[in-house]
Amino acid sequence: MIWQSAIDFFSFKDPNVVYVLAGIIFINSSSALVGTFAYLRKRSLLADAVSHALLPGICLGFLFAGEKNMPALITGAFITGWISIYLIDLIVRKSRIKQDAAIAMVIAFFFAIGIVLLTYIQKHGNGNQAGLDHFLFGQAAAISKNDVWLFAVVFVVILLAVLLLYKNLVILSFNPDFAQSVGIPVRFIEFFLTSLTVLAIAIGIQALGVILISALIITPTATARMWTHHLKKMIVIAILISVFSGIAGAFVSYTRAQMPTGPWVVVILSFITFVSVVMAPKGLLRKFIVRRKNENKINDENILKTIFELKGFSEKEKMLVFSTVELTEKRLFDTKKLDAGLRRLIRRNLIQHKGNEFELTTTGKKEAARIIKLHRLWEQYLLKRTSIDTDHVHSGAEAIEHIITPEIEKELEKELGIEGIPEDDY
Amino acid sequence: MKQDIHAIEVHNLTVSYDGKPVLWDIDFNLDSGQIIGIIGPNGSGKTTSLKAIMGLLKPASGFVKIFGKSLDEVRDRVAYVPQRESVDWDFPASVLDVVLMGRSKSQNLFRRANKTDIGIALQSIEKVGLTEFKNRQISQLSGGQQQRVFIARALAQQADLYLMDEPFVGVDAATESAILELLREMKSNGKTVLIIHHDLQTVSDYFDYLVLLNTRLIAKGTPPEVLTRENLSNAYGGQLTLLSKIVDLIRQNEFPVREKGFDL
Amino acid sequence: MNDIFIILTAVLVAINCALLGTFLLLRKMAMLGDAVSHAVLPGIVVAYFFAGDKGSVFILAGATVAGLAATFLIDFFSRRIRIQNDAAIGITYTLLFAVGMILIAVLMQGNADIDQECVLYGDIALINFDKILIDDNLYIGPRAMYVELVAGIIVVSSLVIGFKGFKLISFNEDFAKSVGIKTSRWHYFLMALVTLTTVVSFEVVGAILVVGFLVIPPASAFLITRKLIPMLVISALTGIVSVVSGYFLALWLDVSITGMMVVMAGILFAFCFIISQLRSHKTLAGTGFEQKTQEI
Repeated sequence: MIWQSAIDFFSFKDPNVVYVLAGIIFINSSSALVGTFAYLRKRSLLADAVSHALLPGICLGFLFAGEKNMPALITGAFITGWISIYLIDLIVRKSRIKQDAAIAMVIAFFFAIGIVLLTYIQKHGNGNQAGLDHFLFGQAAAISKNDVWLFAVVFVVILLAVLLLYKNLVILSFNPDFAQSVGIPVRFIEFFLTSLTVLAIAIGIQALGVILISALIITPTATARMWTHHLKKMIVIAILISVFSGIAGAFVSYTRAQMPTGPWVVVILSFITFVSVVMAPKGLLRKFIVRRKNENKINDENILKTIFELKGFSEKEKMLVFSTVELTEKRLFDTKKLDAGLRRLIRRNLIQHKGNEFELTTTGKKEAARIIKLHRLWEQYLLKRTSIDTDHVHSGAEAIEHIITPEIEKELEKELGIEGIPEDDY
Repeated sequence: MKQDIHAIEVHNLTVSYDGKPVLWDIDFNLDSGQIIGIIGPNGSGKTTSLKAIMGLLKPASGFVKIFGKSLDEVRDRVAYVPQRESVDWDFPASVLDVVLMGRSKSQNLFRRANKTDIGIALQSIEKVGLTEFKNRQISQLSGGQQQRVFIARALAQQADLYLMDEPFVGVDAATESAILELLREMKSNGKTVLIIHHDLQTVSDYFDYLVLLNTRLIAKGTPPEVLTRENLSNAYGGQLTLLSKIVDLIRQNEFPVREKGFDL
Repeated sequence: MNDIFIILTAVLVAINCALLGTFLLLRKMAMLGDAVSHAVLPGIVVAYFFAGDKGSVFILAGATVAGLAATFLIDFFSRRIRIQNDAAIGITYTLLFAVGMILIAVLMQGNADIDQECVLYGDIALINFDKILIDDNLYIGPRAMYVELVAGIIVVSSLVIGFKGFKLISFNEDFAKSVGIKTSRWHYFLMALVTLTTVVSFEVVGAILVVGFLVIPPASAFLITRKLIPMLVISALTGIVSVVSGYFLALWLDVSITGMMVVMAGILFAFCFIISQLRSHKTLAGTGFEQKTQEI
């Protein structure tokens, strides 16, 4: 059943499926492209305002053209979208009202005008208005061949604009003051960028509806941001995530007739966001793993250090045999963690079994000495550079010895003028 | 008061933000009846330390005691003056409204301000010289006047310990000296004042005791003890590159600043 | 008679929203209110499906859960994951709204009570069908009006009793914490009140237009006065004027009643905005009063 519809869907036998898919690809790519810059400029919610503000424009376009003429609707939407941005800017600049309130006001106000006009058209219309309410919730299935051509043109315009102005857009998004100072026509490019954003939202509302379209602007970029710091990669990832969600959403609503496309696109998109929250390079999973690794490292190095403190080995070939009892007497180890640590140390060939007890290997000896050295170097550093009571120096160095890299170790030696293991122990 | 009870005891205090230690193993004791300055370069954790003392940030380790007790036991004896820029002065309130907030406690939230409260608030306003502006809306005050409002609010709290975050920033010279006058009067009444300050020119004149921070505690003591060439170059002179490298490593690697179960 | 009941209901919605919206505006959380109003949708749909009754307390419970979930989720995204705060708001409310739409499609097929249109702009004109009758024939008004009245009593009494607390956390949260006030409890209490108001207003004005009632009248009042209590009063008054004028205009033009009410709120704001602009020009050009106050 589901396979059959999957085959039907992806064999593209149905020309409507092709239109819908092509439309979604153009819409989602366009919105992800402009969304990246909206996010970088911290203007995600402005897109939210614009999308609600398109509704009255659509209605006005309809009233003007007298029918559902796509270019007329989009022109109307483009104009009211721009007015909404101008009004937000005006309110914030000229009054004590802050941006978030201004955005919320404009959203509600324009949406209300849209609803008023919509009801006016419904009651006074000539019957051509059927399908106008698709713009509220989106109706991807209604995308026609002509629409696809229009969306394609808009996408190409946006893509070309981004490619041609890429460098300027990056500087502008990162640091507008600097952009101004190096002679980039900031106002013009901002105007242009905003126009592109309005345009991208305008073509998207037929598929997603005025409320959910902002998800296409905001969510893909915010998700892509978790995967990379590289802007170009970020744009590509955002587009891929968005297009994938779009196709998947269209598929769901294809298989189940009553399922709305837009909401499914958004849910799938958000699902990818949640997966990214866990799986991304800086995500929760990696955090968890890294913390575990750190804990183990600290534990293992503490074992080595304790052996050193227990036995000392300044003289050659002193007895390096020790028992777990000795270790726990010297330092309060958790037995389970101690056992796991000893096993790891054996695997790394730093210690070895000797009957019921353990013995430090030559490499293990070196490693233990290194840790003690780092500990004492850091103690010396704290004493030299900061004000610290001598009875606190030891504990202050306790965690840091495990993180000092060989490079920092060298710098410490240089800065302190010490070679080898510092004598003083606190 | 017994000599061995400090106004503030900060013990091994570490505060991390996003896994990065902003304040690291800070230890100091401050005696009461003094004007104490916290100094250090930008981003050195000054505001963080004040917020941690005031319980606004949760420390990763360590603790703070005020008058030998936990903050909740002595909250009524502590007044906090945040940075002036930290609030929106367009808020619809008058000078008196804001100063009356100093009479609010968690215990009296549900009752209206009474005559005593209003009397104390008016007195506090008079002390900072804003009586003629007492009904003015706070957005219509100058920066210096706004700072005075904040100080009046703290005075209305009738505390023994005052924590002030940069009270001298963005104020005119007249306000600065008026505030200083007030602080000295408070000190002579046995109050303790802890102030974050950034102007090294004036520290020796203003403060009895100094705490010099740069993520770690760089120095503490009387102004001559703290303001040595070595200490200042450690705190301000970019001598702590290794420390900041370690701080970055800790953040990147999600490393604990302190080992588990090891809290001295 | 029905007109009066509709207007009274709308007036109650306007008052509740204007009072709470004032604190949202002062706390710079207008968009959080917007997000919550979208996000209650899945809670309402699920609760309605199980309770099968519009007037059920389950609806309230379900929606409150959804509203607070949105607040938590936004907090999680922006604090734990460090997504920009406005992006966090955008992600969260679109997700919850989308889930609500899907649930409507799945659970509410062919059900006239909750459909897509009512989500958007409610059906204030229809509230009179759900009447409360005493002794089977004495009509004392639509149920929605009494629901709003109860919500209004809760909102007003919470704001009166907690006035000091709400004022403190709105002006200076750190200071409030420093005197021992549990600010996050107050925050969630405020958000719970906002959710409550959104939910009970849902069937009257819809989930999205309610934002207009929450934000626009307080913004108008904020421009006119610089005192908190007058701001609350003016905010409620502009709300009332908007709904009354909006109602009659909508009848005259034969368009959406709720939509017209919010449009009127916007037009009133435009008036306040222009007046405040003229006033500030006058002061600047006049006596130099502003400059004089800069020094002591």
